[in-house]
Amino acid sequence: MEPFRFVKAQDNLAAIRAAGINQAKFIAGGTNMLDLMKLNIETPKQVVDINKLSLYKIEELQNGGIRIGALVKNSDLSYNPYIIKNFPVLSEALLSGASPQLRNMATTGGNLMQRTRCPYFYNTDFACNKRVPGSGCAAITGYNRMNAILGTSDKCIATHPSDMCVAMAALGAIIHVQGPKGSRAIPFADFHLLPGQTPHIEHNLKQDELITHVEIPALPFAVKSYYLKVRDRASYEFALASAAVALDIQNGTINGARVALGGVGTKPWRSLEAERALIGAPANAQTYRTAANAALAEAKPHKDNAFKIELAKRTLVRALTTVEGMS
Amino acid sequence: MEEKDKENNGSSGGTTRRQFLGQVGLAGAGLQLAPLLAKATGILPDNEALPIEPITVNIMINGSQKTLTIDTRVTLLDALREKLMMTGTKKGCDHGQCGACTVLVDGRRINSCLHLAAMCEGSEVTTIEGLAKGDDLHPMQAAFLKHDGFQCGYCTPGQICSAVGLVKEGRAKTDAEIRELMSGNICRCGAYQNILAAIKEVQNA
Ligand SMILES: Cc1cc2nc3c(=O)[nH]c(=O)nc-3n(C[C@H](O)[C@H](O)[C@H](O)COP(=O)(O)OP(=O)(O)OC[C@H]3O[C@@H](n4cnc5c(N)ncnc54)[C@H](O)[C@@H]3O)c2cc1C
Ligand code: SF4
Ligand code: FES
Ligand code: FES
Repeated sequence: MEPFRFVKAQDNLAAIRAAGINQAKFIAGGTNMLDLMKLNIETPKQVVDINKLSLYKIEELQNGGIRIGALVKNSDLSYNPYIIKNFPVLSEALLSGASPQLRNMATTGGNLMQRTRCPYFYNTDFACNKRVPGSGCAAITGYNRMNAILGTSDKCIATHPSDMCVAMAALGAIIHVQGPKGSRAIPFADFHLLPGQTPHIEHNLKQDELITHVEIPALPFAVKSYYLKVRDRASYEFALASAAVALDIQNGTINGARVALGGVGTKPWRSLEAERALIGAPANAQTYRTAANAALAEAKPHKDNAFKIELAKRTLVRALTTVEGMS
Repeated sequence: MEEKDKENNGSSGGTTRRQFLGQVGLAGAGLQLAPLLAKATGILPDNEALPIEPITVNIMINGSQKTLTIDTRVTLLDALREKLMMTGTKKGCDHGQCGACTVLVDGRRINSCLHLAAMCEGSEVTTIEGLAKGDDLHPMQAAFLKHDGFQCGYCTPGQICSAVGLVKEGRAKTDAEIRELMSGNICRCGAYQNILAAIKEVQNA
């Protein structure tokens, strides 16, 4: 690990100011930052501890939505009764991620910002455009079983690893951030960026912008929502494929639908194609298969991960079938 | 990029020069570049003159107050093992992947390998050494002994601290739930069946 200066920020403005120095980085739970710092993948000169800031609240909003402080621990969010009742998909996504110990440390803001688990990104002996821009991509020609099939480019095929983010993508969350010049709100779909030609630029946040909270707008039919994660072992493992879905079914017809996929995209992957195929259609197996085909229509497999196309389709069909069963 | 991608999932970062400077340039920027960068991004150059100094932290460990002056890079795990010579807490992977380093911080189980000691100012830490009261074992320690909840014993301090956290959380009712909520602790010897039995005994006591 490279030496760094440690600064404990007492309030938002102090944190933002301290982050506005060359090679400064926030630390919240530390579960991703320290992991990467130990491998010299992250080498901040100044580490700004934000754990003293007052960003721990989960507030129910008048209109039925919810406002989640950036420092709310993943465990506290997953067990929040209002979330469990109104947005079960978010609770389930969180509980499917990492381990109880890690969820006791990991925060909402840190989870949004976590970096890929691509094995070549993690190993500094290999070329990686995300880690060292312009150095090449060892995964495209290497062993890419875990890599992405949606949103890839000729520069990077890394998946976004978060489960929480898949649920938030489906729920259309809004990310609130504060910088030296004030606050702004970023719609979830605009927060994470596709790799394109610049895979090292992963999100829409400036270095000295602090995530303060995440808002989940009201979505009454999300009471019937569900997260299904498929992985190589039963627990404590990242997704091969996952699906976050919510359905509004009235008299056998789908009136509203939200669909996002994990484990297959270079960012948390909302599928408007699948949602369009669902809305207005009868709630049955054929519709679900059509939606799954639509969601994966643009999928681009690599040498070792073609299996993910069918796996993701079946994951989505299973998730949709499960939510139908809740009605 | 496909229009479709854009509609669903936004764009890539290649579009703004400002971001490019902000994120790439900084890593390798020479000193002459610094004022230019500051102008483009608002990010100030690092004050190289400001030394990186050791940090002093006060931590309550197993009920006794410790003051440590340490390098900022020291994790809670290394502070325990290397500075305080409390080697009960084990280092397995050092990357949050095994649970051997589990301790309780302010009553909650965490991985001490991914936690900076510098972040522990004012925290209360309980390690495996702090569970027994004198010669009286903590019920979880006694249950692990009774049910043979280990073989080599390397994962055991982490398993026990994690199990104490789990019982306190009070969420695991069935065997499957206990297994799921103990999944953050890997045992190479495969003592899982007996660990489960030990935890159930404590839960039912
Ligand atoms: C072994 C292991 C298994 C895991 N398994 C899973 C899994 O199955 N599913 C899953 O989804 N995740 C998994 N994770 C990842 C885990 O969820 C993330 O590491 C965690 O959510 C990061 O949160 P943190 O608070 O610890 O972030 P930190 O490590 O503190 O920070 C991460 C990044 O976020 C930035 N940041 C933090 N807070 C803010 C803020 N308020 N504003 C702006 N920037 C901020 C930091 O600067 C840093 O760049 C796993 C991690 C480990 C180590
Ligand atoms: S897929 Fe992306 S993260 Fe993985 S090696 Fe290639 S450039 Fe790096
Ligand atoms: S040593 Fe901390 S989890 Fe393995
Ligand atoms: S007892 Fe040997 S690793 Fe668990």
